[in-house]
Amino acid sequence: MNIDRRHLLVMLPAAAIAWKYVLAGTPEESPNYTMTDHWWSMLINIPKCIGCGNCVRACAAENDVPDGHFRTWVERYHVTDWNLSNPEVVSPDGGKEGFPAVPKSVGGDEGFSSSPESAGKYFFVPKLCNHCEDSPCTQVCPVGATFIAPDGVVLVDQTYCLGCAYCVQACPYGCRYIHPEKKVADKCTLCYHRITKGLTTACCEACPTGTRQLVDLKDPNDPIHTFLKTHSVQVLKPQMATGAKVFYNEMDGSVR
Amino acid sequence: MSGVEGYMYPNEITLNWSVLIVLYPYITGLVAGAFILASLVRIFNVKAVAPTYRLALLTALSFLLVAPLPLQLHLGHPLRSPEMYFTPHSTSAMAMFGFVYLWYLMAVLVFEIWLDYRSDIVHLSQTSTGWKRTLYRAMTLGSDNISPRSLAIDHKVGWIVTLVGIPSAFILHGYVGFIFGSLKANPWWNSPLMPVVFLFSAMVSGIAAVLLLYMGISKLRKTPVDMPCVDTIAMYLFYIFILDFSLEMLDLVHRVYEADESFRTLNFMVHTKLYFSQIVLQICLGTLVPIFLLAITQVKKLPELVRRRIYIVSGFLVQLGVFAMRWNVVIGGQLFSKSFLGYTTYKMSLVTKEGLFAAIALTVLPLVILWILVKLLPPWDKEAQASIPAATAAN
Repeated sequence: MNIDRRHLLVMLPAAAIAWKYVLAGTPEESPNYTMTDHWWSMLINIPKCIGCGNCVRACAAENDVPDGHFRTWVERYHVTDWNLSNPEVVSPDGGKEGFPAVPKSVGGDEGFSSSPESAGKYFFVPKLCNHCEDSPCTQVCPVGATFIAPDGVVLVDQTYCLGCAYCVQACPYGCRYIHPEKKVADKCTLCYHRITKGLTTACCEACPTGTRQLVDLKDPNDPIHTFLKTHSVQVLKPQMATGAKVFYNEMDGSVR
Repeated sequence: MSGVEGYMYPNEITLNWSVLIVLYPYITGLVAGAFILASLVRIFNVKAVAPTYRLALLTALSFLLVAPLPLQLHLGHPLRSPEMYFTPHSTSAMAMFGFVYLWYLMAVLVFEIWLDYRSDIVHLSQTSTGWKRTLYRAMTLGSDNISPRSLAIDHKVGWIVTLVGIPSAFILHGYVGFIFGSLKANPWWNSPLMPVVFLFSAMVSGIAAVLLLYMGISKLRKTPVDMPCVDTIAMYLFYIFILDFSLEMLDLVHRVYEADESFRTLNFMVHTKLYFSQIVLQICLGTLVPIFLLAITQVKKLPELVRRRIYIVSGFLVQLGVFAMRWNVVIGGQLFSKSFLGYTTYKMSLVTKEGLFAAIALTVLPLVILWILVKLLPPWDKEAQASIPAATAAN
């Protein structure tokens, strides 16, 4: 192709304008997705979690989560018989690389025997945004950059967010952070780019034990309906009245 | 993890609101307090504090001009802040900031100052030369009618503006408290008393600031301090301070007695990480000592010099105490985990846009603006000057 100087001068500004859109990328299309047909949430089956950290790694890779910040993380609880309401919790690097081994001689607080029977229990609790129905984070956003989508997913419009961090303060669960490079609020999107295409989330896909299950409450065929009927299921911090939608099966009372 | 004790949710380890967000309620508090002092003269007819009327208004304006800057600097995307005006989110307390701020700035403060200074401005536009003349002429807004009838109207309108200004000042600062008090996620902030406590501490800090500025400027100008004026200000400061302290203690006692799920954590925090700033600075040095000192001036007849010194010391201690209170609210509210299982540490940076130097610059800036405003619109008129010797003689 022959491009003379005149053509080049005409094309350059056009290319400059186009470049912005090239960089921004084309929004992915989901032609068969109707938002109002879904009501997304997640089920976390605590006894199944082995604390491998696969979900945390998968989430970080899928969503380009910056180091030291977490859209999902896993906590290990240690609850002793003599201090039921004050668990000892660890989550080294969000549980990304799993957890250190439990010390052999656990328990042994002064005055208590350190027999394995009284050493208490250990269990894992994966955490993520609860996609609350009455979410305190979307309530406080000064410009409405974060919102509840009609399918029940709490999202952030990062092209609109001021980065004031008010939503980070308002979340009772510590699920939000300010992205260190983008300087805007960031959080779990429930892998919105995947679920709108009929896929499950990265964390659910990577979970080797089926601890995490993506749930669509508006889908009559979703096994969640049977599960909720037959199990005792809780949400985190129900006293906050946020309408949290991440359901925890067999959650210990000490979890917060 | 360095600086973390116990367990923090991993996203909570670094603080999101820095020293600049401490500065913001401190500065707006000074605005509200200074304005309330000015309204004492205008609405409540406390003639004794008249010498500080104009200074209080100019102080309020210079701090108000700086008030949004710490917020602006703190934003991740400062250029997007106009969106708060264009597309405010109706359920967000923060979205109201822009409107409350603009209303207070334009409809209350600037308007009232203009009305009060109008005859001075017209006079200055006729007597000064060069660029000053142009500036003053612009400031007259094309109205040079200073007939007695016109000035009487100014006075009446000014009275109404001040009347509207009092609830506006309350809203401006009460709203700042509401931003914190309305967050149910954070038990350290979540309290319906928060806006009220903020408001009263604002009045205390603002009144003390004008008292200090008035005495400082009098020293610089080598004019005598109007003792009945500062005595009256100190009296108001004392009584409002008592109210403020009672409210803060009510909040504290309530928390201690109720001892809800967060109490263990917060109590531990107050006794460790916040011990110096809360117990030592805010409560002891910043509240009990100045209340005690001011109480002495109320019950005992002290020589003028001693009273002046007490006012100066109390004024500075009040500033320290109120700043510490803002610090303990803003920073303290982020030091503990919402899991109530651990604590983190605030590491203040020095030269970043949210660092110590920025904070110092933003504290000095209002004083620079005040200096310019005082040069431009001298707050002392001839009558007040003349009344000072008479008043001191009477004392």
